[in-house]
Amino acid sequence: MSKFQKKRGKAKPAISTASLPDIIFMLLFFFMVVTVLRDAELKVKVTTPYATELTKLEEKSLVNYLYIGRPEKKYQPIYGTRPRLQLGDAFATVDDIPLFLEKHKVKVPENKRARITSSLRVDGEVTMGIVQDVKIKLRKSGQLKVNYSAKKKPQ
Amino acid sequence: MAKTSTRDRMSNEINAGSMADIAFLLLIFFLVTTTIAEDKGILVKLPPWSDEEPDITQLKTRNVYSVLVNAQNMLLVRGEEMDIDDLREKTIEFISNPQRREDLAEAPNKAIISLKNDRGTSYATYLEVYNELKAAYYELWDDLSRQKFGVAYSDDMPVAQQKVIKGEIPFVISEAEPTNFGEE
Repeated sequence: MSKFQKKRGKAKPAISTASLPDIIFMLLFFFMVVTVLRDAELKVKVTTPYATELTKLEEKSLVNYLYIGRPEKKYQPIYGTRPRLQLGDAFATVDDIPLFLEKHKVKVPENKRARITSSLRVDGEVTMGIVQDVKIKLRKSGQLKVNYSAKKKPQ
Repeated sequence: MAKTSTRDRMSNEINAGSMADIAFLLLIFFLVTTTIAEDKGILVKLPPWSDEEPDITQLKTRNVYSVLVNAQNMLLVRGEEMDIDDLREKTIEFISNPQRREDLAEAPNKAIISLKNDRGTSYATYLEVYNELKAAYYELWDDLSRQKFGVAYSDDMPVAQQKVIKGEIPFVISEAEPTNFGEE
């Protein structure tokens, strides 16, 4: 009987927290991997239209984004209310597209460059005029893979 | 000699108690900045740029399915006004031509869809029309795929099978230079 009593007396009540950081780190790494940092602040209002035949964009690093829409209210005194193009962080004109594409291209490994897709995030109310200009510029720049961003139509 | 005694007293372990806190901070930062919004859309392959206008006059008129969208977002399909809800069904009929009519496409691989819009057409309408045309093709591919391989068409099926299907019913859309009547 004395055996049991001895053991009980020796045991410490504290639970070891040494493995807690490891658990937290595991969670941290999970979120770091799935995180996509929002790289651009939207300066134009974009509400993409609905569609049914959607394709998912696979690799985020192979996608460059072109936003078209009316400027947000706080930018309207400077940029007006007509639909504008936004590339990266700033308002741009159609002529800035080739440079923008090139800047994205150099960051992509050479063997993946053929798979670069341009995602056009266009507001549904915008007229086709500016979209057409952008499309022509994309074709002239040799960027032929284009994804018209849209939302799944609710059933 | 006092020095050595303090060293002896110090434990060799670094206190890792605050490690969890640091990791927590990082974790919360990433939790806040995470956006798991996935990007979806209609994938389109634009034709390469050429300075010459493509000549579609050589094509037989029965093989061309012209879709015009004007600045009022109205549809004119082969010279007749059409509601957008009918577009998918009519396109399927045109491509597959089940009754072998004289005025519809000779064969699915000869059918060409010619899409023309105005600079004043709203983007939502344009995309809807494009979506319907694509949906028509997807339905046809689906049927063919079930006939040939017994499975529904999907982008995940073997590339060889996709090629067979797209060889029989190629997706050909020709987009003409838009008119300019209604731009704001």
